[in-house]
Amino acid sequence: MPIEIPIPTVTQVIFLVMALFTAACGLMVVISRNLFHSALFLVGALFGVAAIFVLLEAEFLAVGQVLVYIGAIATLIVFAIMLTRGMMRGRTSPMNHVSGRGALGALVFFVALLAFLKKVPWPEQAQAIPVDESLIAGLGDKFVTTYVVAFEAVGLLLMVALIGAVMLARDR
Amino acid sequence: MDWLNLIVFPILRTVVLFLVLLTGFAYLTWFERKLLARFHVRYGPNRAGKFGLLQPVADAVKAMFKEEIVPSHVDKPIYLVAPALALIPALIIWAVIPVAKDTPAIADVGIGFLWILAVAGLESYGLILAGWSSNNNYSLLGALRSSAQMISYELPLGLFLVSILILAGSFSLVELVDNPRAWWEWLWLWVAFPFFFICILAETNRSPFDLPETENELVAGYQTEYGGIKFSLFYMAEYINMITTSAIMATLFFGGWRGPFAEEIVWLGPVYLFIKVVVLLFLFVWVRASISRPRYDQLMRFGWKFLLPVGIVYMAITAVLAVLLK
Amino acid sequence: MVPLSWYLILAAFLFTCGLFGALARRNAIAVLMGIELMLNAANINLVAFWRYSGAVTDLAGQVFALFIIAVAAAEAAVGLALIIAVYRKRKTVNVEELDLLAG
Repeated sequence: MPIEIPIPTVTQVIFLVMALFTAACGLMVVISRNLFHSALFLVGALFGVAAIFVLLEAEFLAVGQVLVYIGAIATLIVFAIMLTRGMMRGRTSPMNHVSGRGALGALVFFVALLAFLKKVPWPEQAQAIPVDESLIAGLGDKFVTTYVVAFEAVGLLLMVALIGAVMLARDR
Repeated sequence: MDWLNLIVFPILRTVVLFLVLLTGFAYLTWFERKLLARFHVRYGPNRAGKFGLLQPVADAVKAMFKEEIVPSHVDKPIYLVAPALALIPALIIWAVIPVAKDTPAIADVGIGFLWILAVAGLESYGLILAGWSSNNNYSLLGALRSSAQMISYELPLGLFLVSILILAGSFSLVELVDNPRAWWEWLWLWVAFPFFFICILAETNRSPFDLPETENELVAGYQTEYGGIKFSLFYMAEYINMITTSAIMATLFFGGWRGPFAEEIVWLGPVYLFIKVVVLLFLFVWVRASISRPRYDQLMRFGWKFLLPVGIVYMAITAVLAVLLK
Repeated sequence: MVPLSWYLILAAFLFTCGLFGALARRNAIAVLMGIELMLNAANINLVAFWRYSGAVTDLAGQVFALFIIAVAAAEAAVGLALIIAVYRKRKTVNVEELDLLAG
């Protein structure tokens, strides 16, 4: 009996390519021996996530992802790796002594997640986004109405993080 | 046809855009050398062709036929990718810049402003990767310096961009040029222009902020281990960045494609944009010929202790103005 | 259209990678990178749930994702500052050697 292979649509092909790229980069981040290469794979994975956001029609988030994650956070990580590069010499394994148990735990967790995913009937189709509505304006609206407390709290958090980071990293 | 609009036309536009930009790069080097020579009371290139007009061609041929040398101590894949990574952001920013009435270069994405900021954030990667993969202390120091400089000056740059965004009230650059502005908006915009231009000079690593490449301290900075066509790619990235940022400044501050009759006769738009870009490029060269280089700590102090506060104050005043006067 | 479960599987995989990185890597910066991966996986889930929920204009998923991005930025800044401060003091960022409190 021939097995029916569903023919993927164009969007599905794009998703599969981007998902494979993201997953491969994500995996390489944690198993690459060279820390600098790890950071570059992280940049690749972040790009993949941005592409996934574009597929989900959240362009603002996608650009925000590139701006904050790749432009700022990943650059910071690369800087930290350069500043602590004395660590790179004479290392044999990038893994610590609990890596076996860590791998086992992560694997169990993944299988459990998959099993859970199978239990729930997830929707196959998404609704179309209304064209006349500006989602970016709506997003801004939400920040100063429904989520205004959280928004202010994030502002405070960033301020505290800024001052804290300067104090911690200052050369005394 | 749908796929014609979706695939063929954008690709054609992209190819034309790249051809224009690469030719622009070649003749920008000629333009700069000629101008610098005039500032120094010299002749500049005048052997290859009339007025030295064939000089860029000769340079390109020379760079292409140089031997490909990959030093043995480099991290090879990153070393080879870095020059391309330095060049790509300079090219893709162009996608959202409007070149004529209602026509962006490639696509009118609704988030043009953020696109510029995000792509500008990627520019430091080419340099960091080049410096790191070269496995050479001078390269690494040059890369650290240049990326720290770029990140520092991105903050005030972003603040000024956000201010312009507040005035425009739209994320799209096409709409920014299309919508009419009141006279006080123009005046207030031009107040920001000198600061913005300083940020751009630092962003593009141009003189007087070309510290990453100070020969007497760092050999050639992150470019030290590069030669032949790979070196040319860095060179190309720097000059195309100049063209791109000039186009951005022309769009933000001087009305982009706008000019007399540009609304009726469509092809006049690119011409006006070209003229504005050339004037701004002249400004780049003028600054290079007349201002000397600051020390690195002076550069950082200027960015963090002067430009950043100015940017914050400017943004606050802009927000108040936009609410009160619009 | 891509079924929602595909996004969820991708997010689950990324989260697992991040979890493994955070548990098993020796270098503190690599641990931090694992945490960033986990946050990104959560973001994919949030945005996917937003897109496939009935109320697209409600935008709650996107708002949460933006908050996560902001918090991740703060976390990276403080975390890396800590790592650099530790490196200055102890000349190491190996999480196995940072055991002063273990007695």
